[in-house]
Amino acid sequence: MAMTSDTSGSSFRLSMLIYDTRYRSITIQIVFLFLFMAGFAWLVDNTMANLAQRGKDIDFGFLGSRAGYDINQMLVNYSNDSTHARAWIVGLLNTLVLAAISCITATVIGVIAGVLRLSKNWIVSKLMTVYVEMFRNVPLLLWIIVIFAILTEITPAPNAFRGDNATSSMYLFDSVAITNRGTYLPAPLFDRSLGDINLGVVSVGINYLVLIAIIIGSIFAYRAVQRHAGAVKEATGDRPVTWWKSAGIIILPTLIALIAMGFHLDYPALQGFNFQGGSYLRNSFIAMWLALSLYTGAFIAENVRAGILAISSGQSEAAFALGLRPNTTMNLVILPQALRVIIPPLISQYLNITKNTSLAIAVGYMDLRATLGGITLNQTGRELECMLLLMLTYLIISLMISGAMNVYNNSVKLKER
Amino acid sequence: MSDAMADRKLDRSQMQVSDEVAIQITNMNKWYGTFHVLRDIDLTVNRGERIVIAGPSGSGKSTLIRCINRLEAHQQGQIIVDGTELTSDLKNIDKVRSEVGMVFQHFNLFPHLTILENLTLAPIWVRKTPKKEAEEVAMHYLNKVKIPEQAHKYPGMLSGGQQQRVAIARSLCMKPRIMLFDEPTSALDPEMIKEVLDTMIELAEEGMTMLCVTHEMGFAQAVANRVIFMDQGQIVEQNNPHDFFNNPQSERTKLFLSQILGH
Amino acid sequence: MSSKQNTTAAFVRTDMLAQKAPPTGQVGAVRWVRENLVSSPLNIVLTLLGVSAVYFLITHLGPWFTNSIWNAGSLAECRAILDGKSGACFGVIKDRWHQLLFGFYPQDSYWRPTLAFVLMVVAMAPVLFEAVPRKVLWFSAVFPAVAFWLLWGGTIWLPALAMLGFAIGYAAFVLLQRVSPLVAVIGAVLAPVVWWLFVSGPLSEAMAGIIPIGLPAIQSHEFGGFMISIIIGVTGIALSLPIGILLALGRQSDMPLVKWICVGFIEFIRGVPLITLLFTASLLLNYFLPPGTNFDIVLRVIIMVTLFAAAYMAEVVRGGFAALPRGQYEAADALGLDYWKSQRLILLPQALKISIPGIVNTFIGLFKDTTLVVFIGILDPIGLSSAIRADSNWNGIFMELYAFIALCFFIFCFGMSRYSQYLEGKLKTDHH
Repeated sequence: MAMTSDTSGSSFRLSMLIYDTRYRSITIQIVFLFLFMAGFAWLVDNTMANLAQRGKDIDFGFLGSRAGYDINQMLVNYSNDSTHARAWIVGLLNTLVLAAISCITATVIGVIAGVLRLSKNWIVSKLMTVYVEMFRNVPLLLWIIVIFAILTEITPAPNAFRGDNATSSMYLFDSVAITNRGTYLPAPLFDRSLGDINLGVVSVGINYLVLIAIIIGSIFAYRAVQRHAGAVKEATGDRPVTWWKSAGIIILPTLIALIAMGFHLDYPALQGFNFQGGSYLRNSFIAMWLALSLYTGAFIAENVRAGILAISSGQSEAAFALGLRPNTTMNLVILPQALRVIIPPLISQYLNITKNTSLAIAVGYMDLRATLGGITLNQTGRELECMLLLMLTYLIISLMISGAMNVYNNSVKLKER
Repeated sequence: MSDAMADRKLDRSQMQVSDEVAIQITNMNKWYGTFHVLRDIDLTVNRGERIVIAGPSGSGKSTLIRCINRLEAHQQGQIIVDGTELTSDLKNIDKVRSEVGMVFQHFNLFPHLTILENLTLAPIWVRKTPKKEAEEVAMHYLNKVKIPEQAHKYPGMLSGGQQQRVAIARSLCMKPRIMLFDEPTSALDPEMIKEVLDTMIELAEEGMTMLCVTHEMGFAQAVANRVIFMDQGQIVEQNNPHDFFNNPQSERTKLFLSQILGH
Repeated sequence: MSSKQNTTAAFVRTDMLAQKAPPTGQVGAVRWVRENLVSSPLNIVLTLLGVSAVYFLITHLGPWFTNSIWNAGSLAECRAILDGKSGACFGVIKDRWHQLLFGFYPQDSYWRPTLAFVLMVVAMAPVLFEAVPRKVLWFSAVFPAVAFWLLWGGTIWLPALAMLGFAIGYAAFVLLQRVSPLVAVIGAVLAPVVWWLFVSGPLSEAMAGIIPIGLPAIQSHEFGGFMISIIIGVTGIALSLPIGILLALGRQSDMPLVKWICVGFIEFIRGVPLITLLFTASLLLNYFLPPGTNFDIVLRVIIMVTLFAAAYMAEVVRGGFAALPRGQYEAADALGLDYWKSQRLILLPQALKISIPGIVNTFIGLFKDTTLVVFIGILDPIGLSSAIRADSNWNGIFMELYAFIALCFFIFCFGMSRYSQYLEGKLKTDHH
């Protein structure tokens, strides 16, 4: 390999490629790249040969062809005449909804369990320890199956709610029914509805958009009130009372909007063999949601506990010595530092929840893997393409979540020299 | 013993000891579970006194001063600080803590706040001082400890000696009448001990009542008006510095002094 | 001397005070209850909630356990004995526990996996516990071959000659050092590969003909239950460790190409669910290998699980390296050690020691994840419970089986996590 001589003037020898630190790393990288490409080429070659042998090729055209199967839970319009691509999207939305709701409940459960585990109350902290250890040491799949089995085998059939000798009754003033097919809840209905917007892929109710806009507006108003209170405190030293203003700002506008749109609840009622009306949550969804929340909540509890314990006791001692009360100390000194330690593993747990939704096929919930990687794959026989798309979708979601974590980490890094 | 105290000439004009009692500890006992960590402590501290508490590790000296601002609770006996008795009553504890400032061995600055925010935190939230006024007081004390230019930096960016001086300033912002020091220079590199001791000497020169747990015997000899030796949770010997170091009475004191003054 | 001192009076204590007992009301049960259970209104509320939760659990679950039936041959029998009360039918466990542990492995050969398990504990002992003599590590090195032979059977010559391949590689490395380090490394890699690909197969058949020592061969599809979970988990972790170390070293390398390839691999594996990788193992791995190769599903699963674990292992080892003081790198450089020597002699041993709690945690996670193989048709405990329920005797039973499986997992994982916590505690005190 001919190379120009370097500017220091000494002559060039081939062995310098390996031993001279200037060229060594380039040489190694080139060798590495060569080996990597060779390995990759071998894999691709094998794949092509195997595909040819079976008479298949690589073709993503199946995405446009008719799916021909039903999906029992869908957030957007879908019928068995829709394309495989649409089935993919339905599965993706099911996955995302399950993941998002589970993340929220897992965080709530985890924070409560973690804080309670640190409490001085022996009974409560031991109970929380039992919860955390039980859920952390048993596989998630087993929990999913157990919870689903409990929901389907132990809960009553809709029949049991019927008649004068009913063996089961509804909860919460006859509004919620838990059966072995699913849970029936009241559904929101608007008498003076504002209609829907059709966005092509999905149609969105304007009522909900208006409600969301009002809630966001309330949040901004709430923050403005808090900022004003903070400014008053800085100027005079005393913080004005804000709780009634905040409560009013958050509750009233939404309440007024709901009344104006004629909001009322549609209650499920037993008619014939099944409940009609109301909204229906399948047992498969509930089982996945409960299992993911309780399982991941246990891990989050450990993260929260470790985060609070990681803050050295000297910090709270210094705050107490200055005369700060315990809850002010927690708010101003401990929690800001603890959150830095808690949030990165928390986001990892969110990542785990998203990936664990793929276990949904154990209970029949049609998530991304069950549609694209399950029925579509089996029907079209396009294993390679489906797997590729499936992995790509999960990868993109994961990278977005990790990216968010990196942004957070960089923004709150403690500044040191 | 460090040479940090070698050339300093003290201005003793303000260092008067008055008759007013600042801290009165009577027959105080404390247990950790069944371990008797402080035994029958009797101690009177008058205003203006500078007391150095020395002793081997495990003797209870840190525990003693931590009882004075209720970071630890005693089980028997009485502690009266500035006329307020320390009990489990929260109002008394708050009152005592606003009169007593504490400086820790490991500084315990709040790493997520700037230096200025470290100093203004307690005045704003405990004394409900307006922010501007709190910042003026903070800058005054930062000037006093000679690092006003660090006000907007974070603790992680400062050296150990600077951090400890900030810690002293942070306590001073609450205008305490008594200062407690728990081994303030033990975690510092030797070249930074002098700057912290100089700050403590200036405080003494202004007449502050101080209790210091420390190994800096040069500081004790120059500044203290009383040295207390503790061992096994009890006060073994106390005297003025001159007699304490030149004429120790108890065998234990002599053994301790030979160990720490020997090199 | 009076016990009251005034301000500057000198004072010397002549008799030291002895320890006294703390006052009553300060120790014992009364104080404990006062501080831990009823110290504030919030605490009282929490105590009441906790007690009522415990009461609820005991009254609802207690009868199920206390009325449990162990001696019944089928679910119908259980129900007859219980006569309407609610109770657990643990007869299924008594009847089928061996299936849950060993799958469909022939019963007369149960001694083989049991022996392999005991030997596994012995082989792991020197790694996990410092008190064990280091000579046992030689056994740990040959244990994989021993375990393979015990479990799958066949002639002893196959695993023995495979192990010999490692010895040949080492010998080549040592002998070729005299030529140059680079040639030594190449030889150490090439010689065993040649041995394995071309020599060991025919040679083992020849040897089997001459001196037939062997155990009855057992096919992979007869494996099942906890046995297969342990096999996949332990093998995955053990094989992933060297790969994970290389990935970690590559990830913190100064060479951008190496670094980005390693980062890409790690992020890819960590971004996709394990179940997609298992499906790759069962459906797609055959595409990536030369036409005509077809091997054992368990082996394919082990390969994918190893790659999966290697990515997580890389992160754990990276954390171990990060915990090493910077001074260690500099000391190694100052001594004149080159990259590989300093890694081998100084940095890796320390980083690995620090990483062991993280490695144990990764193993616990992996062990729980082995339950996912049920989706590709391997009969792990969960898959087996479906098979047991398909039997007409036990149709309809579910909680007892799941409870037993959960209990086994709990004991195993909880034990390992306790060990990991003990180790973390020990490492903290070691280093300060």
